[in-house]
Amino acid sequence: MLKDVDRIFQNLYNDSGADLQSAKLRNDWSGTKDILGKGREWIINEVKASELRGRGGAGFPTGLKWSFAPKEIGSRPHYLVINADESEPGTCKDRDILRFEPHKLIEGCLIASYAVNAHKCYIYIRGEYFNEGQKLQTAIDEAYKNKLIGENALDSGWDLDIYIHYGAGAYICGEETALLESLEGKKGQPRLKPPFPALIGLYGCPTIINNVETVAAVPTILRRGAKWFSSLGRPKNTGTKIYCISGNVNNPCNVEEEMGIPLKELIETHAGGVVGGWDNLKAVIPGGSSMPMLPKEICDNIKMDFDACVENKTGLGTAGIVVINNDQDIIKCMARIARFYKHESCGQCTPCREGSGWMWRMLERMVAGEATPDEVDMLFDVTKQIEGHTICAFGEGSSWPVQGLIRHFKNEILERNKFDPVVKKQKNIPYLVDQHLLEKENA
Amino acid sequence: MSVKKIHKEQPETFEFNEKSMEAANKIVSNYPDGRQQSAVMALLYIAQRQHDNWIPLKAMKYIAKFLDMPYIKVYEVATFYSMYNLSPVGKYFFQVCTTTPCMLRGAYDLVKVCKKKISEKENELSEDGKISWMEVECLGACVNAPMMQVNEDYYEDLNDKKLEEIIDTIYQNKIPKPGSYTGRINAEPVDNRKTLLGNKNA
Repeated sequence: MLKDVDRIFQNLYNDSGADLQSAKLRNDWSGTKDILGKGREWIINEVKASELRGRGGAGFPTGLKWSFAPKEIGSRPHYLVINADESEPGTCKDRDILRFEPHKLIEGCLIASYAVNAHKCYIYIRGEYFNEGQKLQTAIDEAYKNKLIGENALDSGWDLDIYIHYGAGAYICGEETALLESLEGKKGQPRLKPPFPALIGLYGCPTIINNVETVAAVPTILRRGAKWFSSLGRPKNTGTKIYCISGNVNNPCNVEEEMGIPLKELIETHAGGVVGGWDNLKAVIPGGSSMPMLPKEICDNIKMDFDACVENKTGLGTAGIVVINNDQDIIKCMARIARFYKHESCGQCTPCREGSGWMWRMLERMVAGEATPDEVDMLFDVTKQIEGHTICAFGEGSSWPVQGLIRHFKNEILERNKFDPVVKKQKNIPYLVDQHLLEKENA
Repeated sequence: MSVKKIHKEQPETFEFNEKSMEAANKIVSNYPDGRQQSAVMALLYIAQRQHDNWIPLKAMKYIAKFLDMPYIKVYEVATFYSMYNLSPVGKYFFQVCTTTPCMLRGAYDLVKVCKKKISEKENELSEDGKISWMEVECLGACVNAPMMQVNEDYYEDLNDKKLEEIIDTIYQNKIPKPGSYTGRINAEPVDNRKTLLGNKNA
């Protein structure tokens, strides 16, 4: 288990208050000016050396992303955008940072915007987190008042303004280009890439977009050194991560742990174990709803980091761990996730708009046992038609969980869905029988 | 995307009152010159708050003029995002999360209670016209499942009995305390905390 001193988010459970004074007691804002004084080159190299990877789901190296921003400010201003549109089912880590550790985020914004040459920072918070946004606004006001941000922030000569922008309940706005569209006052429909936002982003200007947890971790990393951060976890999967453990566990919770902690240890130690014991485990969704689920055999041994998850044909995503035990109907769980994606598809690309509905309807029939056995393969085919054929990663996000279900629990679906419209005894059900199928012998 | 119904009875006029106007001007100043369109989402919220928690068409037209943008663009935004109500909702607007993490912990029991105590169908007002409810997708408090949102507040770690109590309290015109209903503190594991123990009771 990670030592308490190595935890970045000391106030994860709000033991000591989120105001500036308490934040300073937790070492926030200490030596920030010195960090800025070392220059943007040093900051970016240090973040690169720490091997910090984006915590929003894709796991892109943060230092590398920052280095994409143009070195000098040209005719267009630069922007820093913080993605706090946390909507992935199973994930609720950013919420606790926004309400309990806002000063870590604001300090991170100052360092990040200095590193990428931005004078303006927009924090895009999902609309439902209104109260959390208000708490963050209070912290921002405090920071302005104490000259930590604003004109000549911390006497460093750098100007920074931070604004909050509320979303309005669209999951797709967590996708970075959709978020930019939304920030510009349009429908949240993703843009084609390239051009990448680092060169042409918000209002056509260079824009760096980071997740809340990523940016909030940066000040501590720079204070304690890249070596400390990269000594945790294993190469390319370094540092700590907030895991959200929900579903059928005895004590669902958020907890910050080392990267690469075994899933079993995480569930047994921190979440009080699976309801009904470890043997009652059916499957785990390891990284928010869009990542394929893992059956118990893999859960026994898997370590929770980016690369280990990819080796097991899933992903760490946002580390929103949803535990499903044997008391649940696994097909129904996935049908509900498919309904979520059907509801949240932005409607821009046909494969996703139509396919997400198809997947949901087919899965609902499979829950009821009304599907034919070959429809399982057809469903798999539908997921393959969506994946990779859409502008943004929503196509993958909606089809991977269904693929995960079919990969690991195909037999269970087949057992329930034995319906065959061609066999004689069921011939009297007229609405399901296609006459041309009846005529073919092998149909 | 969800299908949204525009309310049949629309008001004749809509204008920001003084308070809304002040808030709107402040929001517009957050964005660079000439990019005032960015404020459309915030302005729709302001209109919604001013107008009994729903947005009439006249308000969209007013905002379009206010921000110097085409009406259809405002209409697009208002219909795209799910948090803008285009027809009246109750003074207390219940949004029950039923996505998988909440479903696993019994969110559909909450739906049953809503059907019994508020109204048979979603988006219908209760008998006294105070409450309406709907099922929504993930609200981002999964470790506190099952949960729901009433206006801006989260009610967490619920079960059917506790929800019934909440609804009864609201029928008596009192606002129940938001937050967790098992007495746990935020997102910490109940009775099983093993981390940051030095900070506890700090």
